[in-house]
Amino acid sequence: MSENGQSVAAPDSAGGVDKVIDLREIDVYYGRVNALSKVTLEVRQGEIVALIGSNGAGKTTTLRTISGLISPRTGEVRLFGKTTRGMGAAQIARLGVGHAPEGRRLFPRMTVRENLDMGAYSRGDRAGIRTDLESVYTLFPRLRERDSQLAGSLSGGEQQMVAIGRALMSSPKVLLLDEPSLGLAPILVDAIFEVIREINAKGTTILLIEQNALLALKTAVRGYVLETGSVALSGPAEELIASPDIQRAYLGM
Amino acid sequence: MSEYKGPPAADPGALGVGTSRGGSAMLVAQSGLAPRHGRAGGILGGLGPLVRLLQGWISTYFSLLLLGMMALAIGLTGVQHGVTLMGEQIKNALVLGAIYALVAIGYTMVYGIIELINFAHGDVFTASGFYAFGFASLFHLDSLATGSFGGLILALVIVFPLSMIAAGVTGALIEFVAYRRLRDAPRLAPLITAIGVSFLIEGIMLVVEGPDNVTTHMASWINGEAFSIAGVSVGYTDLFVIGMALVLMFALGAFVRRTRLGKAMRSTAQDRTAALLCGININRTISATFFIGSALAAAAAIIYSINYGVLKWNIGFHLGIIAFTAAVLGGIGNIVGAGVGGFLIGIIYVFGGSLFGGEWSEALIFAVLVLILTFRPVGLFGVEVTTRA
Ligand SMILES: Nc1ncnc2c1ncn2[C@@H]1O[C@H](COP(=O)(O)OP(=O)(O)O)[C@@H](O)[C@H]1O
Ligand SMILES: [Mg+2]
Repeated sequence: MSENGQSVAAPDSAGGVDKVIDLREIDVYYGRVNALSKVTLEVRQGEIVALIGSNGAGKTTTLRTISGLISPRTGEVRLFGKTTRGMGAAQIARLGVGHAPEGRRLFPRMTVRENLDMGAYSRGDRAGIRTDLESVYTLFPRLRERDSQLAGSLSGGEQQMVAIGRALMSSPKVLLLDEPSLGLAPILVDAIFEVIREINAKGTTILLIEQNALLALKTAVRGYVLETGSVALSGPAEELIASPDIQRAYLGM
Repeated sequence: MSEYKGPPAADPGALGVGTSRGGSAMLVAQSGLAPRHGRAGGILGGLGPLVRLLQGWISTYFSLLLLGMMALAIGLTGVQHGVTLMGEQIKNALVLGAIYALVAIGYTMVYGIIELINFAHGDVFTASGFYAFGFASLFHLDSLATGSFGGLILALVIVFPLSMIAAGVTGALIEFVAYRRLRDAPRLAPLITAIGVSFLIEGIMLVVEGPDNVTTHMASWINGEAFSIAGVSVGYTDLFVIGMALVLMFALGAFVRRTRLGKAMRSTAQDRTAALLCGININRTISATFFIGSALAAAAAIIYSINYGVLKWNIGFHLGIIAFTAAVLGGIGNIVGAGVGGFLIGIIYVFGGSLFGGEWSEALIFAVLVLILTFRPVGLFGVEVTTRA
């Protein structure tokens, strides 16, 4: 297992279009704070990839960089085979990137339904939007019941459902999930991860940040371990689970 | 990384300053008027609990107290000066309130979306009055409007949209030139810039329109008494002013609730990052907000011109600050609140004047501003305040 460990999906030539996300040696700064250095990461069509690491390792920053909320100082972000240099976050969202961000960030004084509608903001296909709304409600029946309740008044678990549902409403090609289980009761965590697998089974590629490294690696096909802004390890999920380093540092074994 | 802990679970409490995300709480922190919990030191040390109790009580019942005092003022005016004058003053208060309300909405919309007190807004109001005056002269609307009823309608249909569009472009341009690049700068920078823009517009108007009152002739557009009750004569102008303001406010409400752009505006105000992730073009949404707020100020200016018939280069300064107080009263960021606040401020202005003399009207308004910021910074309608996360 190395920094570019062999992956489960078939290897491809550089710049292959099956690379949904392709980060090439990105350096990201918050002012003078160096949050990411030389991070190289890729996610292929149809994969669930886990991004693990301790607090402050740079996981959220990685997702924010992919979404264009922050730009890398050096290096390149490529999505669906094209560079996103010069694109704004809204433009990147419209490429087909759904992002359920850290902290959920719902529109608190809009209803559940309005929040979901906002996810479909850039779409014109009414029929498709209706189908996707139905499937979000099927994934999270709870949200149908809470349809006209203000998002700010929901429980944490329900808010997480809205956050994921809103990201799904854009009919994304790739879904970025930032700690979807944070603050949820264990039973809800299982339910959310069940839904994550379902979403992936229907063809959506997923990049997942998760504090619970074991759960993340059991769900994903591949994983990346970030340590203080750099990729420390990467490889197939089962290899990472089996690695003594990982077991000691992240799995508490 | 901003520590976002999700929206507050419930009403943060009577004082409404419990949340660090509250727009008005922000405002209060800036003004240094925030109630200091548990720090009643000095001579008042022993009175601390009592003061706090009183403060909490006033905060909780602030709306009732204010409305009660206004009712008292109206009643006293009736007793002192007779019912007819009281009715006359109610009419005046509603007319003035309609104008404040339309202007207040512009302040509140802009504050809601970029947390900026747009000091130039009052001057956009004045400038739009001159735009309308210009269009009226250009198309000879005075003779058209006074010629026949059909002519009046035509004149209105010409002057309103043209002036509103011109004002909207002005507002959006101000944002583009002066505020956009300061969006992530410390808050004081755009605030001072806004004051600068205000001075700039006033200076331009002083040069172009001169230092004196400018008669617009629009007061002659609508004439006559519609009806009279209890000796109070209600003119068509009064009905037009109040009706027009209400129609525009309801139209805006429907726009913000139902349309795509309206929803983009609300979501951008509530959480800009999330709005970006939904693919919303933030710049365009903010431009639209300035456009609409300024267009409403233009409508207010035309109404003002039709009602009072005069403009002056600096009328927007005072009127703007009073309308801003209306926005704070209704809960800055809250559109409905700004509308209601406008009418309430109209009542305070007019009846404060009839009780204590006109020279006290503005002092009273600003006393109310201080009281709101001290006791109820979230405004009368509390939790509904639209803020950015
Ligand atoms: N807005 C910010 N300003 C300054 N530093 C930040 C900001 N956001 C994150 N950081 C820093 O960047 C590093 C990575 O943070 P983050 O990506 O949130 O980590 P993680 O999601 O893995 O916990 C941390 O050291 C953090 O303190
Ligand atoms: Mg994080």
